[in-house]
Amino acid sequence: MLSEHLTMLTEEIKREIEAEMHHYPRKQGVCIEALKVVQRHRGWVSDESLRELAEFLEMTPDELDSVATFYDKILRRPVGKHVIFVCNSVTCWIMGYDRVRERLTQLLGTTLGETSSDGRFTLLPNVCLGACDHAPVLMIDGDTHLDIEPSKIESVLEQYK
Amino acid sequence: MAGGYQAVRKVVREMTPQAVTALIKDSNLKGRGGAGFPTGLKWSFVPMGDDARHPKYLIANADEMEPGTFKDRLLLEGDPHQLIEGMIVAAYAIHADVAYIFLRWAYRLAAERLQRAVAEAYANNYLGPNICGSDYSLEMYLHVSAGRYMCGEETGLLNALEGKRATPRAKPPFPAVSGLWGKPTVVNNVETLCNVPHIVNHGAEWFKSLSHTGEGGTKIYGASGKVKHPGAWELPLGTTVREILEEHAGGVRDGLKFRGLIPGGASTEFLLEQHLDVKMDFESVQKAGSRLGTGTMIVMDDKTCPVGLVLNLERFFAQESCGWCTPCREGLPWTAKVLQAIENGDGQPIDMQRLALHTKLLGPGHTFCALAPGAMEPLQSALNYFKDDFERHIREKRCPLR
Repeated sequence: MLSEHLTMLTEEIKREIEAEMHHYPRKQGVCIEALKVVQRHRGWVSDESLRELAEFLEMTPDELDSVATFYDKILRRPVGKHVIFVCNSVTCWIMGYDRVRERLTQLLGTTLGETSSDGRFTLLPNVCLGACDHAPVLMIDGDTHLDIEPSKIESVLEQYK
Repeated sequence: MAGGYQAVRKVVREMTPQAVTALIKDSNLKGRGGAGFPTGLKWSFVPMGDDARHPKYLIANADEMEPGTFKDRLLLEGDPHQLIEGMIVAAYAIHADVAYIFLRWAYRLAAERLQRAVAEAYANNYLGPNICGSDYSLEMYLHVSAGRYMCGEETGLLNALEGKRATPRAKPPFPAVSGLWGKPTVVNNVETLCNVPHIVNHGAEWFKSLSHTGEGGTKIYGASGKVKHPGAWELPLGTTVREILEEHAGGVRDGLKFRGLIPGGASTEFLLEQHLDVKMDFESVQKAGSRLGTGTMIVMDDKTCPVGLVLNLERFFAQESCGWCTPCREGLPWTAKVLQAIENGDGQPIDMQRLALHTKLLGPGHTFCALAPGAMEPLQSALNYFKDDFERHIREKRCPLR
């Protein structure tokens, strides 16, 4: 039984989760997809969202949180309007990750793991993005940017208002 | 559409599942995800017949999270139908009822194209009930992951697909007997599955004849790092390191010198100049003291610090450890800390022994899964091949290249 106070899980979110549910023989199987649906609508997964989602999936909040906190692409803290994932794995490191990171933190006035003071960007380190033939690489809101030179970064960020 | 689903029509109409498995066994196809396990043999472990438990599952491992590896992305983006066709044939061979594509979150374009291709396959009766008028039926779903390297490990992937933390499971029981939701399951890499339709269409002998060595077929090799033309190429299995590095990748960039490479993703041992004529197949690379792994080499030049490079790898593995077993959870961060100290100029002579000890303590047999032993492969070979670089860091109390 779902309680009356639900506010974070809109009908639209629930419909999107239910559309995926038949892919799995057990309700719990959809929980990672469900967390992603919530995040797509809310930007991140708050404690309130998590509790309501757990109830919807007939799991305990702790059970769902143990899954949510395992996966690094489920964000359990608020993020800015755009999220930058900068690859720090081996090929990008060889090809100049350190300079890319320096330029990013300088332009955004923030360190890795933080959000810029205007709330526009959150900067997160990331493992290999699978585009090593075009390293260094970063991803913003799902767009992969290849062959990143420190001098190009400012114009890349301009595309995200 | 490569193959145009000819292989699906052929197997469901003309071949028994056992005959398909026998064909793949004969072709000598080995898993292209890194471990190199014979594919037909893996399929043959699945219980068949009326007593077998259903639903059975076939999973395409499209998680491709090994650093330096980008070959499966090209296959997924370039020809999603080739994978789907290979999956249907594999699923038929083990009589699976449901197939999943386990895709890494970062491959957005591949996700779109796969989603569309699966819908097209359903619309044309290559998926769903009674495929091509046969009595074989198969459902196929795309699962896009939420990150973590551990999902690429076979049993970690199963847990992730069940909506749990991607920790590894004890083996036995092996997934072929008790896998996804406790049912018989086969997990195959994308590149492996993409070979399958072609073997069905052209035969086992044809496939074997494609390679330069006794191991069948072609391989998608890749090169990244400071080479002139980073990229990936489908070449005969057993192509030499030299041909891939010099002819296809164009060698290291002007002004730089080649120092070494890791041949198959982050968890393989270094190869040096003296290994350039090694054939890149499973057996030859192993004889040279490393592993073919994913076949996508990461090239190190003389302006890149081997200590810094190995530090980067060990930080990756420490971060990606799932924390399930103690040696991996505690040992990998410790290894990374020691390497960081050496790179910062704070290393001590005894650190060399400490690192060497860790390569043993975190080696095969001491941990729950292959993550930590894999992490130790580049480290132990670096301690051997680049000993002078480590010692110079410790002696001079700095990184000579910074």
